[in-house]
Parts: sequence; C-alpha cells; structure tokens
Amino acid sequence: MEKFVYFWGKVADFWKRAPKGPLMVLILLFAAGIFADFLTFGHDPEIGDPRQRLLPPFWYDGGMTKYPLGTDTMGRDILTRLIYGSRVSLVVAFAAVILSSVIGTILGILAGYFGGWVDQVIMRFTDSWLSIPTVMFGILLAVIVGPGVFNIVIIMGLVFWTRYARVTRGETLSLKTREFVQLAIVAGCSKFRIMRKHILPNVLNNVITLASMQIGVVVVVEATLTFLGVGVPPPKPAWGLMLSEGRGGLLAGYWWLIMFPGVAIAMLVMSFNLIGDWLRLYLDPHYRNIEA
Amino acid sequence: MTSKGEVNYLLQTRGLKVYFPLKAGIIRDRVIGWIKALDDVDITLRRSQVVGLVGESGSGKTTLGKALLLLEKATGGEILYEGKNVYAFNKEEIKAYRRNVKTVFQDPFASLSPRFRIKEIIGEPLEVGAGMNKKEVEERAAEVLGMVGLDPGLMKVFPHELSGGQRQRVAIARAISTNSKVIILDEPTSALDVSVRLQIVHLLMELQNRLQLSYLLIGHDLAMVAYMSTDIAVMYLGKIVEFAETKELLRNTVHPYTQALISAALPDHPRDKKERTILAEEIASPLNIPPGCRFHPRCIQRKATCAEREPLLAPVGENHLVACHLDGQKAASSSI
Amino acid sequence: MNKDEKPLLQVVGLTTYFFSFRGERIVKAVDNVSFAVRKGERLVIIGESGCGKSTVALSLLRVLPPSAKIVAGEILFEGEDLLKKTPKEMARIRGKQLSMILQDTMLSLDPVFSIGNQIGETLERHTNLRGEALRGRIKQLLLDVRIPDPERRLKQFPHQMSGGMRQRIVGAIALSCEPKLLIADEATTNLDVTIQLQYLNLLKEIQKKTGVTLLFITHNLGIVAELCENVIVMYAGKIVERSPVMEIFDDPGHPYTKALLQAAFGLQDLSKRKPIPGEPPNLANLPPGCSFHPRCPYGKERCRQEEPIEISLNPTRSVKCWYPVTIGSQNIPMPKIEDAGNFKNLMG
Repeated sequence: MEKFVYFWGKVADFWKRAPKGPLMVLILLFAAGIFADFLTFGHDPEIGDPRQRLLPPFWYDGGMTKYPLGTDTMGRDILTRLIYGSRVSLVVAFAAVILSSVIGTILGILAGYFGGWVDQVIMRFTDSWLSIPTVMFGILLAVIVGPGVFNIVIIMGLVFWTRYARVTRGETLSLKTREFVQLAIVAGCSKFRIMRKHILPNVLNNVITLASMQIGVVVVVEATLTFLGVGVPPPKPAWGLMLSEGRGGLLAGYWWLIMFPGVAIAMLVMSFNLIGDWLRLYLDPHYRNIEA
Repeated sequence: MTSKGEVNYLLQTRGLKVYFPLKAGIIRDRVIGWIKALDDVDITLRRSQVVGLVGESGSGKTTLGKALLLLEKATGGEILYEGKNVYAFNKEEIKAYRRNVKTVFQDPFASLSPRFRIKEIIGEPLEVGAGMNKKEVEERAAEVLGMVGLDPGLMKVFPHELSGGQRQRVAIARAISTNSKVIILDEPTSALDVSVRLQIVHLLMELQNRLQLSYLLIGHDLAMVAYMSTDIAVMYLGKIVEFAETKELLRNTVHPYTQALISAALPDHPRDKKERTILAEEIASPLNIPPGCRFHPRCIQRKATCAEREPLLAPVGENHLVACHLDGQKAASSSI
Repeated sequence: MNKDEKPLLQVVGLTTYFFSFRGERIVKAVDNVSFAVRKGERLVIIGESGCGKSTVALSLLRVLPPSAKIVAGEILFEGEDLLKKTPKEMARIRGKQLSMILQDTMLSLDPVFSIGNQIGETLERHTNLRGEALRGRIKQLLLDVRIPDPERRLKQFPHQMSGGMRQRIVGAIALSCEPKLLIADEATTNLDVTIQLQYLNLLKEIQKKTGVTLLFITHNLGIVAELCENVIVMYAGKIVERSPVMEIFDDPGHPYTKALLQAAFGLQDLSKRKPIPGEPPNLANLPPGCSFHPRCPYGKERCRQEEPIEISLNPTRSVKCWYPVTIGSQNIPMPKIEDAGNFKNLMG
C-alpha cells in the first residue's frame, strides 16, 4: 500500500516539475499514434485517390478541408500519413532504444564489475564497433538483412548500444569501490546479486538520461535510412519516406509534401532532447537535494 | 602475542602481508614496484576484547581491516579464525566467517545503498548469509533497530531520510544482525558531528558489553581509541611498532612514534599547551620504505643501527611489545 | 593590539539564506551574525556541520553558490562594505587582501597545472612580478611554508605530493600576496595528527612573521585550545556565545558550549565525558524559540517560546541564552529588551 502511495507521489512530483511545452508535444504525438484510427476520418494512409493527387493544404485555392494538409503524389492525405507515421517513428525509436540500452547496459556492467580480461575484451569490442560511422553501418546492416520495421529496430539496436556500454562501465567502476558495495560483499552476496541489486539500479539514472537523448538521434537516423530507401519500406507511412517521395516535388512548388513531415521530425526530436536535458537535471541527486 | 599461557584467540593474523603491485607499461603491464601496505603483521583478538589500531595515513590499518574482511587478498601470511586458516575455508565455512565478522565503515552516507529501504539494508546479510525468509528478516530487523536505539518503524524509510547519526546506527544494526562475534570498526565516528560522536561510542560500548562482541577499532583519534579499547596497537608504514594495554601505553610509552602521536594530540584546554616532539619530514610513502627501521628518518632519538637493521617486536614489560632498537632504555613517558 | 583601534573586519547583521529551486524552501544558514576581528588576532568560529560557519566564510569572500543569497547585513573590511563592491573590485580584494584555505586540497588545487603555475597565477593577478622575479618569489613562498627543495617542487603536480604538503601549498597560494586576513575553513581536518600539528605551528609562525590576521573555522575543540585567542560559537546559523579562549574552557556560558566541551574527546578525564542527546537541527525547519532547546538540559518554558537575545556577561563575553550556565550566572538579572545592545563593545 505504501509503495503505491509513494509511486504516485513521485509521478505527481515529476508532473509538477517537467517542462510542459515539450511534454505536451510528446503527448500529442503519442496520442496521435495510439488513436490514429479515430483521427483520420476514414482516410487510408497507404492507398490514395489518384484523382485528388497533389492537392495543397486547405487554406489555399484548390485545397479541400477533407484533406487538411493536402495530398501527395498518390492522392494520399498528408495529415493521415503524418499521424500514422508517428506511430511508426515512435515504435521504432522506442523499441530500438530499449534494445540498445539493454544490450549496452548489460555489457557495460559486466565489463566494469569484472574488470580484467572480461573488461578488455568487451571494451575493445565496443571501441571497434563505435568506430564505424552510424549511418553507413545502418545501411550495411539493412542491405544484409533487408528492409522492414522489425529489421530496422534490430539494426538500430545493434548500432547504438555502444554508448550505453561506455557510460555504464564508467559508472560501475566508480560504484564498485563504494562502501555499500563492499558491505554487500561482506554480507556474502554473490557477484551477480551485487550487479543486479546494487549496481544496476544506480546506473539506471544515467541510462535513462542517455536513452532519452538518444531517441532523437534514432528518429533521425531511421528517417535517414528510410529516406535512402533502406529503412521502412513503402507503402507504409513513415516520415522519412514522405520526405524522400516528396523531394522531387519541391522544385515544382509542392512544398507541403516535405514541409509537414520535416516539421514533425524536428518537433519530435527537439521535444525528446529537451525532455532528456531536463531529465538529466531532474535525476541528478544533487539537484534533488536542493528541493528535498 | 600476549603471554597469558594457552589462549584461544577468536581472530588472529600471522605474518600477514598485503602488497599492491604497481604496474606500468603500454601494451603489457609490468610490475615495477610494490606498495607494501601491510608487512608481516601479527595481531590477536579474543572474545570480548576491544583492540584499538592507531596510525596515520599509510600505516596500513585500513588495509588490515579489509584483509580481515576478505575484501583484500593477502599476499602472504595467514588469518586464523578460531584457530583455523581462513584461506583454506570452503564455501560453507566462508559463509559462516562472513556471518561472524562484520564491519562498520566511516562514512554513514556511502555505507547504505541509496535505493534500498532500511529493512532491505539490514535484511541483506540475513537473507544472503543466514537464509532467512521475509518474515524472519522483518522480526530480526525490528529487534536490532531497537537495540541501536532506533524506532523499528524506520524500517520502511530510505537512507536519505535519516541523519548521519541515524545512518551510522543502521550500519551498526546491520553488523550485529547476524549475531556476529567480531566487528571491525573503521573510524566509525570520524564523519559524524562532534555532538553525536559520543552517543555512538556509548552505543558501541553498550553493545559490546551486552553481546560480548570483539572489536577491532581502527582510528586516528588516539583519545577516542583509548576511550574504547582495552589494548592498543600502533602502526606505522605497514607494521605494528608498539602494542600494550591502553593504560600501560599511555603511562609508559616507549616507541618514539607513539610518543610523537600522543604529544601531537591537541590539548583539551588552552592551559595544557605543552612541549611537543615535532617530527621532521613527512611520513614516507609505502612505496619507498626507508631501510632499517621504517621510522628512523623522522626519529629524533635515532642511532646508527636504526638505518641498518629493522627492529622486531619484543616485550618490554608485561603485555607490552615494542619494535625499536632503543627499547632497552625506558624512553621518557608522555605527559599524561 | 590597541583596543581602540578600528577592527580589521566588522560583520554586522549578516544573514544568508539558501533558496530551493522555486523558492519554496528557505534554509536559514546564517541568521543575523555580527562579529569583529582585530588586526593580528586569532579568532575561531566553532560549531558543528550545518551551523553556518562555512557559509559565513563563503559570504565574507562572496563566493557563495548560486542558490544562496546574502539577504541582509554589512561586511566592513577596513571600513569599506564588501557587499557594496562590484565583482571586479571583489576580484581585486580576494587573494590580495582577503584569502581563504579550504579543507579539501584535491578540490582546491587544479590537477592539470604544476605547483609553480598555481602559485604564480595568484601572484600574476595581483602583483607586477614576472619572469625571474616571480619565480624567486614562488620559491621563497615554498620555503616559508617549509617545503624543502622548492626548485624541484615548482614543476611537480598536486597528485605527486602528500596531503600535508598540498595543504601547505594551498597555504602558500593563500599567503602569496600578503593578505591582511586569512580564513582557514577546516584546513586541517583531512590531515594526519602529526602533520596537523606541524601545520598549525606553521600558521603561528607565519602570523608572527607577517602579522596576518587569522580567522579559523572548525569543529575541533583541540584546535581552539591549541591556537586561538578568541572564540565564537555558532549553532543553527546563529552566534550563541563569544568569549576569550581561556574563559570559555574554564567556564562556558551557553549550555551548548558546555555540552560540547563535555562531549569531546581528550586524553584526560575520559570517564567524565557525556554525550549530547539528539541531533543538530534542520536549518529549513527550526524549532520555535531557542534553536538549542530540544537538546538543552537546562531548557525552561521561556526557551520554548521566545528566541533568546544576546546578553553580555562581562566586557569580553556574551551569550545568547535566557539562562546562561556560567558559574556566576545567578548574578545576572533577567535580561530586559533594552539590554540587547550590551555586547556592542565587543564589536570594536
């Protein structure tokens, strides 16, 4: 019972202090993704009406309120694609970040706690992996395993785990020498118990902060790969795809094809970055002490 | 070490050495030197005895504590618990040893896991070492919290909600929870407020009396160590240089280093400002131990032999051991 | 020391608060603190953690963290109010007139600069010494703080030196421009006992040579007994007693001082030691009336309700307590509000 009250107390406190702007944007995008089916008035994101292709947004001559932000080359409603696309972007981003943070954190803790040759092996592996340029690596992997949402999640996960490993290894090294870990050893805890119960909870703060900053990066890289044709395959709605398909139309004056997905990506990434920045401050115990 | 006939020591070290290798090199680490943190130390602890260990930085007292807790591996020598070699213990015996030999560290803030509640902190050695279930842990935790003067209701709070003194009490409760016989106290009050220190000292002494605990009290504050200990060992650069019962040590101080320590103690009252033996030079580093007697570069009474031969611990009185070439003459007793 | 001479430092009504992120919680770290330091004096502010003594030091030099603000008071250094100085003027005063040494040398010294560099930095800022003259002065400073072989030390780095030596380097930096006042905040807490003694003696010598005024901040009664002439005791952000050192040890006036003396360790009278019950108070949530009353063995009804005013026991001593515990205290009549100004003669 007390744990319940304590938890909700923490949630309320978080809510009170979080920056409302970015949070609102994120909630909006999340809601859009979840409730996509209800928000799109029957438009299908993948099949369009070719007779209505390349309509401008509704406040222009020739635009229709039925297609508020216009239509693309295949007559698909931009707004609908945007909303469904948020689902894809968010799912990929979160799944990829979770995957990479899990892999990276486990390896980092193992390397930091065991030290010795385990550390050496894992760290050399991490270093070499890190030295491969991100986007190129993504392209390489995509070419090998082929396109698809699931595949791209795996690819992103594999590309990005290294940062978590470095961060958690450093944290583990410093935590290892702290008195409460030494006392756990004196109490008779096994190495794995210590790693699980004493080290892991204390590195989570850093991991969460890093993850929230990384989401923005993942979104952009995914969009890049999709834009280049090796990410999410058409006709699925994805913001990167909308950018690549709409690219040709820019010179012809069909600016809405890339403007809206571009803005959407920018807003998503910026909101995540701002929240990530704030989270870093919020989770820092020093900051907490000023209030606590 | 004491010559009281056949005595069964609870905990004992024989020739204990802990050396830390200094590595250098780019590709492969070569060992270029050794930090001799502990160099051939013999110490004994009986049931219900409080042995104080004083020394300054580099003396090795903390390393001795860690070695006894099996947090540092000895490079040589042995540790005997109830007469048996600890390094030859199997898993079960090590578990039993860990149940019986506990510690309280200096820093009450860092000693408690920040994300655990007090119940879990106290419960950890019980769960892991004694295999208790949740209910038994809760009962025992309430019991020991009461014994250290805390409200058992504090079981549910997190460490950051407690004050320094309270946290240290939790650390003590944790140490006695498994019915341990030996507690290594590593500067238990140095990080506490002055007004709280004596409270904790009294608590420790009360518990010692009640539970017949043996303490190895490590400290740099000679006054506090003298208050709590029956016997005191003075360490310098990894070796014990003097060992005696507390009263004897203060009344008939023999080793020049002990004299310096006592005389360096700040006065209780401005009127007590006294003549001091101010030592020349810094403490040598354990990396670069002077030849012969380790203390000779700082000793004002040194002779030629002091730079050549290392003195061994030898009795100079009843229950009084000193490692010094001058121990033949009774050096001036301290002004206590 | 001419009693009629104007004091070197006169602090009047200093009040410093720490504000939480949105100003909801206010920690009253220093509350209406007034004291004076005479030229050449050795004054100590003694108290436990959280009593505000370090905050006083930081306030004097105006190097408080961003969450703290000096909300009231004056800091008159040689007659001029430091709180009215611009940041540029303060930068000129810090290091040159007013200097400070801190407890943690690893934090005070920059690990990536050589010793010579760090001592030189202060000198370069405040003097015109350069080149060979600068080096000569640095070497002289090292010798003054009893560091042998200064030529070699110039090029060394902090991590290559022992704690005692680092503390002396920090001292050298602080004294390099011959300040008039040196504040030492727990300067010896991390040092070994034998090194601590060397260091205190060094400070005494330096004072004899240069006449610098010393303001110590510590919780260690031993340092007070060894080194200081006048004592100010702080508790919960307020000054609770002031006295010359001999009198305060012989006959403490405030119950807290008395309890502190009894609870401290010394090699004598080990059996007469008595602990103080309870813990130091939370500065964001002080009890009403006297801040010490929950732990005070002599506390009475008035202590619970009204905060005591400072009353003077004699021309050199004062106590902030309704019922001082000095031996002759029954001779002090119940203080009236008009008596509140009686301690002004201690302020120079």
